[in-house]
Amino acid sequence: MPIKTEPTIINLGPQHPSTHGVFRLRVSFDGEKVINVEPVFGYLHRGTEKLAEERTFTQIVTLTDRLDYESSMTNNLAYVEAVELLANVSVPERAQYLRVLVSELQRIASHLIFTGFFLQELGVFGTLLMYCFRERENVLDLFEMLCGARITVSYMRPGGVTQDAPPEFWKNLDDLLNKLPQLLDDLENLITDNEIVLARTKNIGILSPQKAIDSSVTGPILRASGIEWDIRKANPYEAYDKMDFNIPTGSNGDCFDRYLVRIKEIRESINIIKQCIKSIPKKGPIKNSEVPFFLRPESGEVYSSIESPRGELGFYLVSDGGIAPYRCKIRSPSFINLTVLKPLLIGWKMSDLVVIFGSLAVNMGEVDR
Amino acid sequence: MTQDYIFGFNTLYNFFFEIITNTINSTIVSWILPNFSFNPGWIAYILSALTISFLIFNAALMGAAVYTWFERRIMAKFQGRYGPNRWGPFGLLQPIADGIKSITKEDIIPTGADRVVFTIAPIVMMIPGLLVFAFIPGHINSMLGKINVGIAFVFGVTGMNTIAVIMAGWASRNKYAMFGAMRSAAMLITYEVPMALAIAGVILLSGSMSFNGIIEAQKIPFIVTQPIAFLVYMICATAEMSRAPFDMIEAESELGGGYHTEYSGMKFAILQISEFMAPIVQSALCVVLFLGGFNGPDFIPGILWISLKIVLVLFILLWTRSTWPRLRVDQIMELAWKYLLPLALLNILLIATEMTIFDITQSTSLWIMGIINWATILFILAFLSLFKNFNKKTVQQKY
Repeated sequence: MPIKTEPTIINLGPQHPSTHGVFRLRVSFDGEKVINVEPVFGYLHRGTEKLAEERTFTQIVTLTDRLDYESSMTNNLAYVEAVELLANVSVPERAQYLRVLVSELQRIASHLIFTGFFLQELGVFGTLLMYCFRERENVLDLFEMLCGARITVSYMRPGGVTQDAPPEFWKNLDDLLNKLPQLLDDLENLITDNEIVLARTKNIGILSPQKAIDSSVTGPILRASGIEWDIRKANPYEAYDKMDFNIPTGSNGDCFDRYLVRIKEIRESINIIKQCIKSIPKKGPIKNSEVPFFLRPESGEVYSSIESPRGELGFYLVSDGGIAPYRCKIRSPSFINLTVLKPLLIGWKMSDLVVIFGSLAVNMGEVDR
Repeated sequence: MTQDYIFGFNTLYNFFFEIITNTINSTIVSWILPNFSFNPGWIAYILSALTISFLIFNAALMGAAVYTWFERRIMAKFQGRYGPNRWGPFGLLQPIADGIKSITKEDIIPTGADRVVFTIAPIVMMIPGLLVFAFIPGHINSMLGKINVGIAFVFGVTGMNTIAVIMAGWASRNKYAMFGAMRSAAMLITYEVPMALAIAGVILLSGSMSFNGIIEAQKIPFIVTQPIAFLVYMICATAEMSRAPFDMIEAESELGGGYHTEYSGMKFAILQISEFMAPIVQSALCVVLFLGGFNGPDFIPGILWISLKIVLVLFILLWTRSTWPRLRVDQIMELAWKYLLPLALLNILLIATEMTIFDITQSTSLWIMGIINWATILFILAFLSLFKNFNKKTVQQKY
């Protein structure tokens, strides 16, 4: 006689150790197996897009810091790119190089956070998280030297950046660049060939290239599926067209590839920063002095996107000629990447659920906006 | 005499026995019962037994408390942090601060929980750990309970731990706790089998089931003569006390704490103490079974030798805990049934064959045995590492 069973429904989150903020998953389990997933979000909704309509173009920079709080620099960059396109503002060359430099530093910091938390979710009791955070701390120190803030930097302005780098910044940057490859080698020694990590991540949560394109996934997740798409190459902004770097791709599209692509991207970022240091103009303005305090772009609309650590971060701005945008729409990579979550999770075990969700590396500040 | 049979702590026992007998003789017997012939021996016997038990159990609890400090300090060193270092020298008084905090916290029993089982579960969890300490010998014949099937008793008792986990998980009326409890039950069934088989090799070679006999048989520690059993035992012991990489019962990144999700206050503290006692118990057993127990050069007393070895094993366990991720449920089962069980059986086969061929009273033949067995285990490990990723068949679906 078959025993009558029914699925267990568990609310994973909003308070749960591995939901990356306040995300909630209503998961139906058959034993340990996931049979249905219902993502619920909006717990961190702050109405950024509506708030932007009430601020001047310069003030909105501070709002973008709070979107993806693990990579404020790239958020700033994406926004000021859009404004510069809208108002037709040119940027001095030194500022362009500084922007590239800080956004690559931010990519390193963000990917280090990902690696630490990914291993934490795999069950390493904090050790690698601490290692990664120790190195991220150095990056944040550099940001502090640049602009006085560590997380909510607000470093960029339409037409340039706020402050030039102090002399000690370059020295510390050199120290960091010398140390980082060693840390990455240590990390890879610990993780990449670890039998348990391989058993937990290889062939888990496979995202096929076709599905990745169909659900408009971007960033490291897309590249892990084997598609060579990077806005830094496809549509170069700032000084990226002068940089020489590779786009690391995965072959399988599983959790392990998503981890490995990010580690390789950190190495590429180091490479880009070194080129930046070499070719940055030694002197020159860091801000376009013609940009007025109240920017009044002509009426029109513009969409501009950059490659943030999580994927394509785009800003769609509409201006009616006033001092504030008429409409500001944010295309956040985390939100779009979440759309593959449900089909990726169904059929896997509970432990895999945490790992797959962790490998997508969503940030709730960006998802809920 | 009776006390020689039951108690190994001879000096300590005689000391208490004498004091208590003298006290009783000089008070009750001489004042109240001067006209009767009355031998106070049995009262003194019970009282001194209780005193020694009290001492040992408190030492065990104290050991668990100090171990919490040890673990937190060592883990902090691995992670590049400081760890608790505020209260007392090197933060040694931290466990006391934790205890006071736990006692003064509100004790919450969730609505709809099975109150009786919820309350009993921490106690059930604590007692097996304490009982084992009665059988760990500090020196020859020096243990509280001297029975000739000590090893069988200890393994029967430590299995109780899982029952407590299931009780806690069931009574909490929490799905996370229930998940943890169910995983714990699966682990018990799986890992008791290879563990018991690994110990069968030890029993075969020593010809005794009492801890005394096993230690006396280890002229050469059994880690040398049976490395396979040691490996299997250590893996199973790690799983038994649900430490990384087998900590799926608690799995805080998945279950947010597992069976003790709903516990708070002193009940939680008791659960934590028994959880921290488990590594001490398991490494004490490991030391007794494989590392020669209290054996060692004579300039250090046996009780110190056994403590030092326990600390060494604890350190190795912490090392693995701070570096390795957690395995998935089915992978843990796979490891036990497909790898550890055949290894344990192979160990029994090897030991039994070698015992018929060699004269095990000679130490040279023991060394030869050791060399053969080490060669075998190294060969097996090299062979297994050729087939690295044992997860290759899990391509379930592709989205």
